[in-house]
Amino acid sequence: MKCEDVSKELIPYLDRRSNSADRHEVEEHLAICVACRTRAEELRTLWSVLDEVPIVEPSLGFDARMRARIAEEPQPRWFRWFVPQPRLAMAMALLLAVSVWITRLPQDNSGLPGSVQNEQQQFQVIKNLDVLENYDVLSKFDALDEVPADEQPAPQPDQQNDQQQQQE
Amino acid sequence: MTRSDVQLMLDVKAGDDASFDLLLQKYRRPLVNFLYRMVRDTATAEDLAQEVFLRVYRARKQYSPSAKFTTWLFRIATNLALNSVRDNRHRQKDVSIDAASSPDEDAAPMQLPAPEMRIDEHMIERDRADYIRKVISELPEKQRVAVLLHKYEEMDYAEIARILECSESALKSLLFRAYETLRVQLAPLVNASASRREGSQS
Repeated sequence: MKCEDVSKELIPYLDRRSNSADRHEVEEHLAICVACRTRAEELRTLWSVLDEVPIVEPSLGFDARMRARIAEEPQPRWFRWFVPQPRLAMAMALLLAVSVWITRLPQDNSGLPGSVQNEQQQFQVIKNLDVLENYDVLSKFDALDEVPADEQPAPQPDQQNDQQQQQE
Repeated sequence: MTRSDVQLMLDVKAGDDASFDLLLQKYRRPLVNFLYRMVRDTATAEDLAQEVFLRVYRARKQYSPSAKFTTWLFRIATNLALNSVRDNRHRQKDVSIDAASSPDEDAAPMQLPAPEMRIDEHMIERDRADYIRKVISELPEKQRVAVLLHKYEEMDYAEIARILECSESALKSLLFRAYETLRVQLAPLVNASASRREGSQS
């Protein structure tokens, strides 16, 4: 073992934590190397010097302060899992309130501009124009049956023409 | 029958705060001492120790016994201490910039005593301890932590290596370099101590 190799194993050797093989090799080297032997002795002495540093005792209030801080910590509750976070709960409640308010709004188009409203009414009339112009469809309505015979609607111009053609 | 640290921590996880109190009683002194040697201020060391215990308590629900309890405890302590030392260093830099016009501006930095000063003869015990602490605190961060855990906490190499997140081989080299620096820096005290021992033996 060379001096460089000893440097890594010297500390475990001195604190008696090296394995027997390493210990044997270090001892062999120390027996022949004065420099490393001197260094090993000084390191041993250094450790006794380091022991001169006294131990510090924690202050008397240390435990009380610690317990107070622990007591301030929020304790876990078994039902906490069911309780959402306050912000989330607030957001959900707000969302629910807004959706309820929106669904309860009256379907009122009065707010629409006049031209738009007229256009919509005209569209409805145009959409039902075929039905209104078709007399057959109108005549089949049950409501028409209830009308007295005298009050039968006047024949349409087309029907009058047909009758005149038949008479001729 | 005494419960292991892991068992105590598992009991804390299950909601037994009394077990946390036992861990507090067991480790507050080594922790405060370790932190004091790191930051060299008792009030800061106590504050940091409280923060370490508080973090352990807060993390109790996620605790899993994958490593020794002390490895976890001292890793938290190491990180907090190093952060504190770095913050303090930055504050001191800020102060030194602000105080550029102070009368001590040109004062030379503190020099280590030369071996021939025989400082051991002039130092009372408290000063010696302060001096030793100061020399330790001037080691590079990793070397300092390694020395404190090895010398004062008497941890084994595997545990220190886990705390410092390095290999055992790297740790042995780190420790050797650290002790070599201390041997040189504390040479006056080492030599005086060796002389005293030789004198008492003869």
